[in-house]
Amino acid sequence: MTRVEQRAFMARDSATTGETRKDSVPFFRPGESNVDPSLLRRQHLTERTAGIVLLACATVSVLTTIGIVVVLLAQAVKFFSDVPVREFLTGTTWTALFPKQQQWGVLPLVSATIVVTILSMLIAVPLGLMSALYLSEYASPRMRAVLKPLLELLAGIPTIIYGFFALTFITPDILKRIWPQTSVYNVLAASIAVGVMIIPLIASLSEDSIRSVPRSMREGAYALGATKLEVSSRIIVPAALSGIVASFILAASRAVGETMIVALAAGSKPAMVTNPLEPGETMTSYIVQVISGDAQRGSTIYYSLFAVGLLLFVMTLALNIFSHWFVRRFREEYE
Amino acid sequence: MSSQALPPRSGSLAETGNLRRRQRASQIGRFALMAATLFAVVALGILLWYIVQRGWGWLSWGLLMNPPSRKPERAGLSIAISGTLWIISLTLLVAFPMGVASAIYLEEYAPKNRWTRMLQINISNLAGVPSVVYGLLGLGIFVQWMGLGRVVLSGALTMALLSLPVIIISSQEALRAVPPSLREAAYGVGATRWQVTASHVLPAAIPGIMTGVILAVSRAIGETAPLLVVGAAGFLTSKPSGFTDSYTTIPIQLYNWMSRPQAGFRDLAAAGIIVLLALLISMNLIAIVVRQHYSSKTRW
Repeated sequence: MTRVEQRAFMARDSATTGETRKDSVPFFRPGESNVDPSLLRRQHLTERTAGIVLLACATVSVLTTIGIVVVLLAQAVKFFSDVPVREFLTGTTWTALFPKQQQWGVLPLVSATIVVTILSMLIAVPLGLMSALYLSEYASPRMRAVLKPLLELLAGIPTIIYGFFALTFITPDILKRIWPQTSVYNVLAASIAVGVMIIPLIASLSEDSIRSVPRSMREGAYALGATKLEVSSRIIVPAALSGIVASFILAASRAVGETMIVALAAGSKPAMVTNPLEPGETMTSYIVQVISGDAQRGSTIYYSLFAVGLLLFVMTLALNIFSHWFVRRFREEYE
Repeated sequence: MSSQALPPRSGSLAETGNLRRRQRASQIGRFALMAATLFAVVALGILLWYIVQRGWGWLSWGLLMNPPSRKPERAGLSIAISGTLWIISLTLLVAFPMGVASAIYLEEYAPKNRWTRMLQINISNLAGVPSVVYGLLGLGIFVQWMGLGRVVLSGALTMALLSLPVIIISSQEALRAVPPSLREAAYGVGATRWQVTASHVLPAAIPGIMTGVILAVSRAIGETAPLLVVGAAGFLTSKPSGFTDSYTTIPIQLYNWMSRPQAGFRDLAAAGIIVLLALLISMNLIAIVVRQHYSSKTRW
């Protein structure tokens, strides 16, 4: 309704009731409407269109998931017509880039991925959880106001920068000084960088669940004479455990899928990882290595990208679902 | 308690050894936790210090203006910068309206049923899919199946799908922060659902949405792996001038430099990282300013 229409409408209304209402709302009488029916129709149309357009946009995310599954499956099926699934999943030799004697056992790639994940979690789990406890229980508001944005900054740094750091600083300036036999590309440097990268993730997710522990529980414990450390370790951590563990699992999934750090710093030698000071190739860095080398479309190598991608997708999805399930299953509901 | 023997009485509580031990443990705990928190901060400091001292000497106008070259002294980021601008603006054009619309649907329109719950779970799972898998999705759908090839459009669409879940989730949070009383007041005077959303809820949520979008975009600017997979060029000598041109972006160019053996290119990469970080930090500052500007105005 335009301004003028509105005025006319109000004027008519006050005329019928015999009162002079200048700015008041039009008087409503049941069973009788002064609203123009074409306006109602137009509004109804707008409502319907808006609803449909919004729903359509929301459906795109479902289509994305379907797209991922279909693309990965369709191309992986072509790969598995050349290579038996069994050989792929249980073989321990991966020689995709040797043209005459290709062997497609994915375990070397999986082993490097798992080693990177475990080593980075060894760094990130204690440091992340301790940071979360410090920020929520110990730090003064001023300290928190300084530290929290710094952690967020750490989380916002592109992973390629961490990769560069691992390759050109952590390996030569730290690891080589401690263990001179460290190779230029090695799993440990990449794991350290991945670990530092996921500290903020664990810290902020754990802190969220720590903060949702009700104040009364802390106060109860303090009233009984508990010290800050006792409250943190015996009240807060057990109460927030579901969220904390979920944050660990999400972080592990992030480490599994991390690409540029390992592609830059861990090298491209697909072998079972036995020594973290030696190079290793993860699933993600295999994808990057092959794609940078112009894989012929239609070759087994090209399809192997999707088979490895499918395995990666399944692993991270399983971790994500597990983490959500864990929160739902073990959450302590307070208040 | 009554069956247990009480500790021997003494002058004050602090004199019992047990309490002192516990207090000391708590103090040690404070320092350990603070040290753990500072570890991350120190790591950040070392990283920034290392990048700056390595790349500072290589910063020059040439780095911003020159096309790539086989000699590190003459190589620059100009092609990559224009590629990044192309990719990011197209990504934003697709992902921003779509992400906000999805968030509005989920928060304001969707009925509370299984389908909605499934949508929500699906989105949070999508946010956890590794970015390299999005690259494979883009390679399979946009590059091969639609036959777009390794061009700006397929790169941008891939990045749009990648940033969509992030934008949806942050926009949902912004919408959820709008107090229900605002909606109820608007419904109370007879506004339709779309009127409530478009003229009351959305304007109130815009600052939150904008911050989320800026953060999503700054994440997209730094993404390397998916664009590598959908075929951003490593070495390119002309700027893209349309949707169907080849492109490269700043991180891709940096990756190209980092993987060369000459030390000169690595120093140059460090300088390029400074440029990239400067870009990202300024975007984050914009996000903070937007948040501050609006939050000083809104009161509820």
